[in-house]
Amino acid sequence: MTALTALAEPHRLLIVELLRNGPRPVGEIADKLQLNQPQVSKHLRVLTDAGVVEVHPIAQQRIYSLRPQAFREIDDWLEPYRRLMDDRYNRLNDYLRRAQAKEKRHARKN
Amino acid sequence: MPEKTKTSMFTLPSDREIASSRVLDAPPDLVYKAYTDPDAIAQWWGPSRYTTTVDKLELRPGGAWRFIQRAEDGGEHIFSGVFRDVVPSKRLVFTFNYEAIPGHEAVQTVAIEAVEGGKTKVSDNMLFSNREDRDGMLQSGMEEGALESQERLVALLEKLKAPRR
Repeated sequence: MTALTALAEPHRLLIVELLRNGPRPVGEIADKLQLNQPQVSKHLRVLTDAGVVEVHPIAQQRIYSLRPQAFREIDDWLEPYRRLMDDRYNRLNDYLRRAQAKEKRHARKN
Repeated sequence: MPEKTKTSMFTLPSDREIASSRVLDAPPDLVYKAYTDPDAIAQWWGPSRYTTTVDKLELRPGGAWRFIQRAEDGGEHIFSGVFRDVVPSKRLVFTFNYEAIPGHEAVQTVAIEAVEGGKTKVSDNMLFSNREDRDGMLQSGMEEGALESQERLVALLEKLKAPRR
């Protein structure tokens, strides 16, 4: 499952938003989101498999944190449209500069 | 603070829309001309690997527009629609179709406004019939699963990209 598909589930997105503030153990995530722990564990497993979060065992606890690489991947999702429009605006701006330079040259001649 | 040129802004105002804006180094009337003069359109509208030809441009509500992009190998992409609103140097509203994939019409609004320094901000909003059409356009052929809570996700991405504290 890709990161994007994993994040399509609203509870998993909430977990990710919570982890933005820093790494958390399962119990704390369940408390904060008022979900039961088995449910949260299931979501965390999906997020881990998709590479969105990673887990570090510390003492008796399993601490979950975000994996920034996954977010770069999602950012790429928006990239084709961003590039298409950026290129178009750049060409438009180039055209406008050329048109104005031409106007100035004509003005000088007259 | 003067708005920066060279930076386009992108937002997803709702699950059926894509919006972008850009500040351009020219006055509003010239920007309007760039969008409505066939010779001008040919110079910037399509990617440079294509030759863009304006087949129709009936600049009035109810009037048709049709642009043809031709590749060197003869491949063609044709875009067309009908104008809904035409306000010189201010606003163009028109329907947008990619003729190769009919039945997915969008409504595009181009708003033009003067900003300081003799520059112009152009805002482009595309409103699709549904989220699937919008996402199809976003990906232009790339495959990805449909996404719930997408607007929140995009906002979250922006936060994640920004340096912490």
